[in-house]
Amino acid sequence: MPAVSKGDGMRGLAVFISDIRNCKSKEAEVKRINKELANIRSKFKGDKALDGYSKKKYVCKLLFIFLLGHDIDFGHMEAVNLLSSNKYTEKQIGYLFISVLVNSNSELIRLINNAIKNDLASRNPTFMNLALHCIANVGSREMAEAFASDIPRILVAGDTMDSVKQSAALCLLRLNRTSPDLVPMGEWTARVVHLLNDQHLGVVTAATSLITTLAQKSPDDFKTSVSLAVARLSRIVTSASIDLQDYTYYFVAAPWLSVKLLRLLQCYPPPEDASLRSRLTECLETILNKAQEPPKSKKVQHSNAKNAVLFEAIALIIHHDSEPNLLVRACNQLGQFLQHRETNLRYLALESMCTLASSEFSHEAVKTHIETVISALKTERDVSVRQRAVDLLYAMCDRSNSKQIVAEMLSYLETADYSIREEIVLKVAILAEKYAVDYTWYVDTILNLIRIAGDYVSEEVWYRVIQIVINRDDVQGYAAKTVFEALQAPACHENLVKVGGYILGEFGNLIAGDPRSSPLVQFNLLHSKFHLCSVPTRALLLSAYIKFINLFPEVKGTIQDVLRSDSQLRNADVELQQRAVEYLRLSCIASTDILATVLEEMPPFPERESSILAKLKKKKGSSKLPDMDDSRKNVNGNTEHAEDAEVASKTPQFLLEELISTDRPHPSSSATMLPTRTMVPSHTFTDNLNVNSAPSSGASLLVDVFSDFSSAAPTESSDEHFPRFVCKNNGVIYENQLLQIGLKSEYRQNLGRMYVFYGNKTSTQFQSFSTSVSSNDVLCSQLNVQEKPVDPLIEAGAQVQQILNIECVSDFSDTPVLNIQFRYGGTLQNIAVKLPVMLNKFFQPTEMMSQDFFQRWKQLGAPQQEVQKIFKAKNQMDTDVTKAKLLGFGVALLDGVDPNPANFVGAGIIHTKTTQVGCLLRLEPNAQAQMYRLTLRTSKESVSQRLCELLSEQF
Amino acid sequence: MRFLLLFSRQGRLRLQKWYTAISEREKKKIIREMTTMVLARQPRTCNFIQWKDLKIVYKRYASLYFCLGVEHEENELLALEIIHRYVELLDKYFGNVCELDIIFNFEKAYFILDEFLMGGEIQETSKQIVNRAIESSDMLQETMEEYMSKPAF
Repeated sequence: MPAVSKGDGMRGLAVFISDIRNCKSKEAEVKRINKELANIRSKFKGDKALDGYSKKKYVCKLLFIFLLGHDIDFGHMEAVNLLSSNKYTEKQIGYLFISVLVNSNSELIRLINNAIKNDLASRNPTFMNLALHCIANVGSREMAEAFASDIPRILVAGDTMDSVKQSAALCLLRLNRTSPDLVPMGEWTARVVHLLNDQHLGVVTAATSLITTLAQKSPDDFKTSVSLAVARLSRIVTSASIDLQDYTYYFVAAPWLSVKLLRLLQCYPPPEDASLRSRLTECLETILNKAQEPPKSKKVQHSNAKNAVLFEAIALIIHHDSEPNLLVRACNQLGQFLQHRETNLRYLALESMCTLASSEFSHEAVKTHIETVISALKTERDVSVRQRAVDLLYAMCDRSNSKQIVAEMLSYLETADYSIREEIVLKVAILAEKYAVDYTWYVDTILNLIRIAGDYVSEEVWYRVIQIVINRDDVQGYAAKTVFEALQAPACHENLVKVGGYILGEFGNLIAGDPRSSPLVQFNLLHSKFHLCSVPTRALLLSAYIKFINLFPEVKGTIQDVLRSDSQLRNADVELQQRAVEYLRLSCIASTDILATVLEEMPPFPERESSILAKLKKKKGSSKLPDMDDSRKNVNGNTEHAEDAEVASKTPQFLLEELISTDRPHPSSSATMLPTRTMVPSHTFTDNLNVNSAPSSGASLLVDVFSDFSSAAPTESSDEHFPRFVCKNNGVIYENQLLQIGLKSEYRQNLGRMYVFYGNKTSTQFQSFSTSVSSNDVLCSQLNVQEKPVDPLIEAGAQVQQILNIECVSDFSDTPVLNIQFRYGGTLQNIAVKLPVMLNKFFQPTEMMSQDFFQRWKQLGAPQQEVQKIFKAKNQMDTDVTKAKLLGFGVALLDGVDPNPANFVGAGIIHTKTTQVGCLLRLEPNAQAQMYRLTLRTSKESVSQRLCELLSEQF
Repeated sequence: MRFLLLFSRQGRLRLQKWYTAISEREKKKIIREMTTMVLARQPRTCNFIQWKDLKIVYKRYASLYFCLGVEHEENELLALEIIHRYVELLDKYFGNVCELDIIFNFEKAYFILDEFLMGGEIQETSKQIVNRAIESSDMLQETMEEYMSKPAF
């Protein structure tokens, strides 16, 4: 090594650095730095022109100061000047400064770009490399604009030096990541692929990185790289360890290149060409075999490099998910690592097995390691390893081992690190629900969760247990009994009081026969917790009390006394006070019948994606948690595992129940039915009575009392919600930080009525609230939407309702838009939401016999009357779900009409003011191809078209 | 790869390299989080940490911690070897590198890194070739050291 280069080129810099190091305090350091900054500033501003050396030295000092964490606001121009120096050292420091401290000052960028341009054109490889590095480091849009077209040229030019090719490839990769639109594909792409054949392994490595990035975006353009990559990989894995000279790393042949090639192959499905495929399989087998060979060195570098290739090969095997033999071998290999003495390998094996667990070929093999994983959970010293063990248990869970896994997770929860408790709680809750064969186990598990880790049980978890208990009448009695017992504990978590209050309020009557849990005992038990609870829980308990009055007339007096007490009627909290007043009043004036109607048992909840699952996904961010969605997305077929997940997450029988039981007009379904969290203060009970009295029966009143619009579905934009309303009438159509809009609607013949609920989620009043419905010119004549006035003020946390009357004049295919305007904290907010009024809402289902159906089908045989569409299934193909959707769409389902029982046949009439249009439909699922064929025949072409469009998006 | 940080046992940052454009504030926040998180790790724990959407791969060499933030699909074990290879290169250049070498010759540490990694991807894995590149740029420098005789200030 040349002695001259050890930084003694700039003695002043070294002196400065040691001064800083000698500073005894932070203040002294700042003082020294300020002195230096002042000195440099004066030098830069001085009359005397600085020579290159001084400039370089000062720029370097500025860089040092910046890297110490201080702000630098000058010196950029001097650094740019250095770029055009013909002295290498000056140029190098200039580029370093620019790379570290780039400033978006456009004037400067222009100058920098100029210097880069000159260096790229210099044909001096060292200068070219500096320039390419600078582009890659800064990677700004301006630079991409200036150079994106030059770099591919440099990359594929025949006379470019190898080292420059490498820089150019990686520079292009970087620009492609930051500004993909600016990197033009062109004839150079084919030539880049051929760099995989290059003599120089460094060039191949850089090119593989580039091609992988490009292939992820446009796989078709780089398809030819597959065979080249396999050939290259094959040559590497079969080479003797010394063949590749300096590319051999601790006796492992070209580990970086091998891993990159394996990554590139993960952009593609398994090769179709049989010989190519078997060559690749050979490579993968060789890599797996090598793992069993004795190590060639004891150094950790050797085993790391070797295992890096092995793990990447396993990742490719899992990605292909097509060779059962390889998958099982991979699983066995990982199984060995689970007990390896290196913590790193145990960690990676757990992580990698998580993905193996979702393959149908290796799911069973993964399950055989359950005991090892459980013991990892108990014995690993490192929390990140334990976390992986939890992930793997979650991934390997299925019906056969769910009880064991849930029990282990519960027991681990008692001692788990605080940082991962919430996630474990969510996972346990999901598994318990997903694999519950009998729901008593589910209820026990959730109550255990609350007992063990109540503080980490989020609202989603206890909401969910209530939804499930409400929707399943086989578990209600057990749930009531169990919560009653759990509440006996002298100190129980507030979450348990919430669940207990809610469930006893609904189903306390199921255990009231036992004198040990008589109505009065139940009430006293709940009320003994009242004073220890927070306001929202107390509000919930008050609602439970009024429900008790309905369930058990014998405790009415006792409860009225409680409601009447000063601590309730004059409670400082307006919400509690209001409830006490209203409930007391209601219990006094309403007849038993009215009371029974108003306080009727909760109707089943509309089925939705488990909110817990959504929460877990959010918590995990983009990480590879093998949850239901992931396994569904698995390109290579659906696993048994995935079906389970689907069934459990959607519980189609609920969906069906909901849709079937609510023949139009829907009497008892409601927009949002999550249980209460915080009540909406000014949404008064009496308001509800007035507003809802006309169209809906009493049941939905209670729903509103118990519902809380601000706690429902996650925030999405309005258009995402829209398609969901094709097959249903109620739900949240829009939500942002400020406002939530819920809908309930009902239709009869060509008329409809929509209740729109505007919920103010903020703690500030909305002013000048106004709405209007707009339709385009065509739609105006086809559909009338008349809005009733809406209150111009929405108080903080309150909800107001607006009624829209809808009339369908003739068939239509556009969508009306609801425009909302209001003032929030001084700024005017504008929101436009597509109103889910679609043609199919005006369907009346028609039952008919097979004979009639075929007769009409034939009558509607003209080519313009039929519309057919073949499309890919976007969701799991589930008969019950499909049925429910068709019913929600509005047609009657006709059984025994289609000779193939897997097909669906439906009939209905679209009512418009001017005409009625008869519609027949047929939906033929093809489970193997994951496709549907949908045929619609109606007497009107535009109706067939529109209905087909609407329905085909639903599966 | 998103970033590479070098810091001492006391949490003093010695080198930082960012491979995506992020604001200075964000950088300082990440640096703070990384130093506290990595320095708090017990001995003999694994070298990988899941952090937000990234994997953190770190290793300690003498008094210095090398810490990489890599994307999720990246190979952790090879990331460890990237650190090792960088240490080898520094070692070869400085001859048994120590923290002080990196403090006083920070610009060299950057140059060596740039020969080896670019845009967060490995550019050249052959130690010989990288060493030759570093030497030849030093040779370039040597011929231009006419300033040597000039005063320091």
